[in-house]
Amino acid sequence: MDAQTIIAKRIARELRPGMLVNLGIGIPTLVANFVPEGASVYFQSENGLIGTGPIPEEGMTHPTLTDAGGRPVSALPGASTFDSAMSFALIRGGHLDMTVLGGLQVDVQGRLANWMIPGKMVPGMGGAMDLVTGAKRVIVAMQHTAKGKPKIVKACGLPLTSVRSVDLVVTEMAVIGFAGGHATLLETAPGVSVEQVVEATEAPLLRSDNIEEMKL
Amino acid sequence: MKTIAIESVAAMIPDGASLMIGGFMGVGTPERVIDELVRQHKKKLAVIANDTAVPGRGIGKLVTAGLLDKVIASHIGLNPDTQQQMIAGKIAVDLVPQGTLIERIRAGGSGLGGILTPTGVGTVVEDGKRKIDVNGTSYLLETALRADFALVHAFLADYAGNLSYALTARNFNPVIALAADTVIVTADHIVPVGVIAPDHVVTPAAVVDYLVANR
Repeated sequence: MDAQTIIAKRIARELRPGMLVNLGIGIPTLVANFVPEGASVYFQSENGLIGTGPIPEEGMTHPTLTDAGGRPVSALPGASTFDSAMSFALIRGGHLDMTVLGGLQVDVQGRLANWMIPGKMVPGMGGAMDLVTGAKRVIVAMQHTAKGKPKIVKACGLPLTSVRSVDLVVTEMAVIGFAGGHATLLETAPGVSVEQVVEATEAPLLRSDNIEEMKL
Repeated sequence: MKTIAIESVAAMIPDGASLMIGGFMGVGTPERVIDELVRQHKKKLAVIANDTAVPGRGIGKLVTAGLLDKVIASHIGLNPDTQQQMIAGKIAVDLVPQGTLIERIRAGGSGLGGILTPTGVGTVVEDGKRKIDVNGTSYLLETALRADFALVHAFLADYAGNLSYALTARNFNPVIALAADTVIVTADHIVPVGVIAPDHVVTPAAVVDYLVANR
């Protein structure tokens, strides 16, 4: 299983029936492919849609049914559409049960940096700051390291997305939580040892009393 | 509300005007008005919109033609032309969190001076802004936004100017329709009064100044 699939499958296990969930671009989008059977989850696209469905077959796309990246999507039965003020009222107002976003860095307290690399990449924050500030649960989906460098760090060198701590970071190596305000190793991926995770992580990790193997 | 030809719409917009433009990655953008602004080479425009789409589409056409001096948007990452012109100092870009941007526009159209939001507290977004404590929570004071013109795209417009929108093409459109001095609308279909049921009118005709005739 490749890294992206491991991450997406593990995060999909956090989905519960009836949840309203926003998935970011990249690995987070893949989570929708692994929704547990029978769990009807509402996916929101922040451009104004609840009930986002899979990419339609060729020839079945519609120019006004798109996701937040502007790509064609479908809408499931029971879908609804609305303007951007409503969309962000849902996000900030405590109505969004969970958001899954990509990450560049996460610090030891669980604070996320994911929207710019000064001097290199300045795309704008889009909806990320509102999502991290407002969602009931925030899950970061990212590879454990980038070009061999740890992404879970003591302090973020990159500008923060929010000062709110995320709930979980899921990588291809581990699941890390921040319940006590400090990075805590909860699960390791199959075939990955605790030592390997610690080695690939800059932030000092607390260890859960019962570190489990990631179920996929 | 007056109906107007596309050529006259762009002629009405002077160089240096501020424009709120509907659309999200070009979906729900009044493409014909954009094309006419490019054809008439309107310059030094300031655009307030969610994003600058991609080159060759929607607001991206204004960027590539070099017509913009200033952009207030939440995301420009999918348009390399905007990024290049920003780095070269040709366009001043103000990046605003998407939920903050739409609420600042909503405030501008609702007679409010601004809004208080927790988004951006403790990040670079709070630089230079007033922080206000309400019942123990910190918020940023984000001021209202208005523009000279709102360029709106609807799905249906009736002869009176009542509007409804299609799916994800709604986005910023009904919000900007309240926040500009002059509101200009294009629509996929122009239909007789009564075709859009009162319950289905999203933008009331009373706020629309010009409806661009379809060909």
